[in-house]
Amino acid sequence: MGEEGELAAEKHVRYIVTAEKKKDSFESLVMEHLRASGAYWGLTTLDLLHKLHAVDAAEVVDWIMSCYHPESGGFGGNVGHDPHVLYTLSAVQVLCLFDRLDVLDADKIADCILLQIFNITGLQNEDGSFSGDIWGEVDTRFSYISICTLSLLHRLHKINVDKAVEYIVSCKNLDGGFGAMPGGESHAGQIFCCVGALAITGSLHHIDRDLLGWWLCERQCRDGGLNGRPEKLADVCYSWWVLSSLIIIDRVHWIDKEKLAKFILNCQDKENGGISDRPDNAVDIYHTYFGVAGLSLMEYPGVKPMDPAYALPLDVVNRIFLTKQQ
Amino acid sequence: MHGQPRRPKQPEDDAAAAAKAAKLRELQVQVLHNHHTYTYTEEALGLSFKLLEINPEAYTAWNYRKLALQHNLKELSDPEAIKSTVDNELRVVELALRQNPKSYGAWYHRKWLLNQKLAPVDFKREYGLLDKLLKVDARNFHGWNYRRFLAKFMGVPEEKELQYTMDKISENFSNYSAWHNRSILLSNLLIQQSEGFESKQKIFSEEFELVIQALFTDPSDQSGWFYHLWLLAQTSTPDNPQLISSWPSNGAKLSLCSARKNEDQNMVSSPSSICCYSLKEGIIPIVLYFNDPVKGLNPTNVKLNSDFVFDKDLQWRPLVITDSGYSNCWATYLEIRNKDCSTSQQFSVEVSIPCPDDIMSRSGSHCNCPVHFTFTIELGNNNDEAHDTDLFHDPISWSSSESFQSHGKPSCVAFDQLNITSALVQEESRWNLDRLSDEIDLFRDLPDENSKFAKLTLARLLLACAAIKSRGSSLIERKGYCEEALGFFSDLINLDPSHKRYYEDERSLVLMDQLTCDMETFMKYCSVQVRSNSATLNHVQLCRLSLTRIGFTERMLWVQMLDLSHNKLRSIEGLEALQQLVCLNISNNQISSFTSLEPLTKIVSLKALDLSFNEIGAHPIDTTRYMCSSPFSHKVERCEAFEECRKKSVNVEEFWDAILFFKSVNLVQLDIKGNAVADKDSFATVVMTLSPSLKWLDGTCIH
Repeated sequence: MGEEGELAAEKHVRYIVTAEKKKDSFESLVMEHLRASGAYWGLTTLDLLHKLHAVDAAEVVDWIMSCYHPESGGFGGNVGHDPHVLYTLSAVQVLCLFDRLDVLDADKIADCILLQIFNITGLQNEDGSFSGDIWGEVDTRFSYISICTLSLLHRLHKINVDKAVEYIVSCKNLDGGFGAMPGGESHAGQIFCCVGALAITGSLHHIDRDLLGWWLCERQCRDGGLNGRPEKLADVCYSWWVLSSLIIIDRVHWIDKEKLAKFILNCQDKENGGISDRPDNAVDIYHTYFGVAGLSLMEYPGVKPMDPAYALPLDVVNRIFLTKQQ
Repeated sequence: MHGQPRRPKQPEDDAAAAAKAAKLRELQVQVLHNHHTYTYTEEALGLSFKLLEINPEAYTAWNYRKLALQHNLKELSDPEAIKSTVDNELRVVELALRQNPKSYGAWYHRKWLLNQKLAPVDFKREYGLLDKLLKVDARNFHGWNYRRFLAKFMGVPEEKELQYTMDKISENFSNYSAWHNRSILLSNLLIQQSEGFESKQKIFSEEFELVIQALFTDPSDQSGWFYHLWLLAQTSTPDNPQLISSWPSNGAKLSLCSARKNEDQNMVSSPSSICCYSLKEGIIPIVLYFNDPVKGLNPTNVKLNSDFVFDKDLQWRPLVITDSGYSNCWATYLEIRNKDCSTSQQFSVEVSIPCPDDIMSRSGSHCNCPVHFTFTIELGNNNDEAHDTDLFHDPISWSSSESFQSHGKPSCVAFDQLNITSALVQEESRWNLDRLSDEIDLFRDLPDENSKFAKLTLARLLLACAAIKSRGSSLIERKGYCEEALGFFSDLINLDPSHKRYYEDERSLVLMDQLTCDMETFMKYCSVQVRSNSATLNHVQLCRLSLTRIGFTERMLWVQMLDLSHNKLRSIEGLEALQQLVCLNISNNQISSFTSLEPLTKIVSLKALDLSFNEIGAHPIDTTRYMCSSPFSHKVERCEAFEECRKKSVNVEEFWDAILFFKSVNLVQLDIKGNAVADKDSFATVVMTLSPSLKWLDGTCIH
C-alpha cells in the first residue's frame, strides 16, 4: 500500500483488471452500453501506469472489433448496441494504444477508409456541426470526437475543416468558454472538446487565452480540486477537462498544482484501489482514469505523460504523427 | 458515479443487489433482442420503458423507441391516436428525467419528438416541466439548453426571455446560468438594435447597476463578477482598430552602419540615421502595429511609393504564431536588388493607407483613421567594407564591460524617431472614462475589503482607465493608474496564493507598460552598443525585473539587441514584432520548450541567441505543444528536416520540436548550456545538422 499522499498505482491496476471481470454487478450493468469507453478509460490508465501488458492485446482488439458495424462504419458502445461517434472514438483510441490501427485498414483502401468504413463525413451538417449518430443530436462534443477520430486516422482532410471550426467558434461565450451549442453555457467538459478540436485543427487563435485561462483557473476550489462551472463542487473528472484545456492554451501555471494533486490523491480508495469523484465517495473506472490522467498532466513521478488534445499517452500520439508514413 | 458514498460491502446487500442486477440484465437482453428483431409490440415497448426508467442513459433503447414510433405511426391516421402516442412518449421522457435530470438521451428524445411535428405542442406542459426541473436545480444546463430550444421553436421574442433571466436572478443572485443567458440575449438585442436597445451606453449603465447590487449582496459569489468583467470588457475595448506604431517610423533615416564612417568615438552614431543590418542582405522590413488584431492588409490598400524600384506585389504577412489572418502586427519585406552601386544614394519611401475600411478587427469594426508616413533609405558606400560588416567576428558577450568598446547614451535624434507614444490615436471616449471612474469609486467602498474579486476588478478598472489615457497625452495619469494596479496585484498574490502566477503575469504586463510608456523612463534601459568593429546596436536591457511575460512590444520595434536575462519569463510571445532584432539574451529564465520559442522563427534578422540556464527539456508536458506549428495540429504535414535528422540516427519523436525550431532560424551564435536538453546525446547533431551558419556554440568557435 502506498504511503499517505502517494499514488497507490498497484492497487489501481488491480482494481481496473478485476473490475473488467465483474460484468454482472449492477454498477457494471448500468455502464454496459458504454463498455467501449470503459475499455478506453481502463486501458489508458494501465498504459499511463506502465501496465498495459497486464491485458491480452489480441483479446481486447477482437472484442473492440465485435462492436463494429460494417454497414454504417461506426462502433457501438458494446456488442449489439447501435453505432455512435462517442464509442467510435473510444474504439479508435484503444486500437491506438495497442498500435493496431491496421485492423481498420484491412482493405488497404486507405483513401476510402472514412467514407466506406467509418462514414463519419456523413455526419457533418451544413453549418459545420456534427451529429452523434443518424438520429441527429448535435453537440460540440461530437465535433471534437469526429475531428479527433479523423485526425488519428490521418483523414482530417475528408471534412470541411473551416466549417467545422466556424461552428465551434459560434459556440464561444462571453466568458471565453464554450457551450454544447450556440448559446449554451460554458462548461469545462465542453470547453475541453472545443479547445481540443481547435488545437487539432491548428485554430487556437480563435481563443482569448487570457480570458478563458482566468475562467478555467478560477475552477480551482478551496479544497484544491477543480469544478466544471462557477459555484459548483470540485470533482476529480475536471482535473482532466480543466487541466488539459489550460495546458493547450499555455495557462496551466495559473493554478496550484500541488493542491490539486493532493485533492486527487485524497480521492483514492487505498485499500481496494480506484479513485472517486470526491474524497470518501465510491470509486469507478471513469474517475480512476481522470484522476491518473490529471496527475500525468502535472508530471507526477512514475506516470507517463499524456497528450492534452488527443487524450492518449504522449508516446502513442508521437508515434502516430511522427513515424514515417507509408 | 457521482456523489455516492464509499462504504464497505454488507453481506445482506448481496442478495438484493444480485436480484436487482438480474432484473436489469434480463431487461437489457430483451430490449436488444426486440431491437434486433424489429419487434415493436406494446409489450416490447413496455420493456424498453422499464429499462429506461432504471437507466435513462441506455441510448440504444431510445433509438429503438424512435424506430418503433416511426413504425407504429405508419398504421395511425387519427390525429387523436397520434397525439396519444406522442403524449405517451413524452411521459416516458419525463419519467426518465425524474431518474436522471441530466440524461442526454432523454432530453434529446424530447427535442426529436417535438421536431417531428406530429401533434400540436402543449407549450404549457413544456414550460411546466422546465419550471419544475429548474426549481430543483437552477443550474441544470440541459434545462437551460431546452429552454433556448423551446424559445427558438415557438419564436419567443428575446426581450421576453431576457425578462425571465431577470426573474431568475432576482430569485437568487448566485445563478451563473441566468447571467450567462442574459449576456447572450443582450448581445443579440444590441446587435439587432431592437426597440429599446439602440443605446449601448444606456443598456450597459443599467446592467452595471444591476450587477453591482448583486456584488454588494454577496461579494464572494463568482457569478456576478464574471458578468461584471464582461461589461467592463465591452466598455473598455477600442471601438475601431488603429495603427499605433510602425517601423520605420515617420521621418526615419535608415542606413547600413553609418557609424563606420565616423572613426571619432565621441560620435558613436551618426545622429541622423538608424542602422539597419538587414540592408546587408538587401532587405528592409516594414512593420505596422495596430491596437487590436486586424485582417485585410494587402498591396491594394497599403500603398508604397518610392523613387526606388522594388517588387510592387509586396505581400503583407500577419506576424502571429498561428496563421489566423488576424494580427496586431503586420510586416512586409522590401527587397533592394541593385544595391551594388558604388556611390551612396538616398531613396524615400512613402507608406500610406488612404482608405483603411478594408482593414477589420475580429468584432467586424473597421479601421477609420488613414495612415501616412515616410522614411528614407541611405545606401552606403560599399567600398567602405560595410558589406562584410561581421558582427560576429568575436562572440557577442552580454556583459557590456567585456566586448563593447563604448557604452554610449542613445543619440537623441535617433530615439526621437522611435515614436513611443503615437499621435495617430483618437481622442479618449468620455463616457467610458466616466463610467470607469464611477465604478472605481464604488468598489473602493465595497465593505469586504479582502474580497479578491473586488481587488482584481479594481485593478482591471484602473488598467482600463490607463489604456484610455494612452490615447490622450496624459501619461502622468497613466502611470498613476499603473502604480495603483501594481499594488493590488501584490496584495492579491498574498491574498490568493493559489493563483499567484496569474497575478504575476498580469503584474508583469503592467510593469512593462510602466517602464516603457514614456521616453524619460524608458531611456534608462536603452543604450547604444558599439562592437569592436564599431558597428552599433540599439540596446535595451530589461534584466532582473521578475518579468514573467512580455508586453507592449509596439514600443520596441527598433530594438536590435535585447537583454531579458535573469527574469522569470516562461513565454516570449510578442517578440515576433521586433523585426530589427539581431541579438537576444533570454538566459536565466523559465523557458521550458523549443515550441515556446516559435515567435523567434518569425524574426529573419536574429543571429545571436542566448538561451542558457533555462528549463528546456526538463518537462515531459509541453504547454506550447499546440501553440506552435506541428504535425499534431496539422500545420506541418511534411518536414524534410525530419528525414535529414533521421538519416543521422536522431530520434525524431524525441527531438521534433528542436528540429522544427533550428530549421526555421539562422543563428550565428547560440548559447544553450544549463538546459536539460543540451545534455542529451543527439541534441548537438540536431543543432549542427540544421544550423549551417552557426559559428559560436556555448562560447566555442565551431567553424
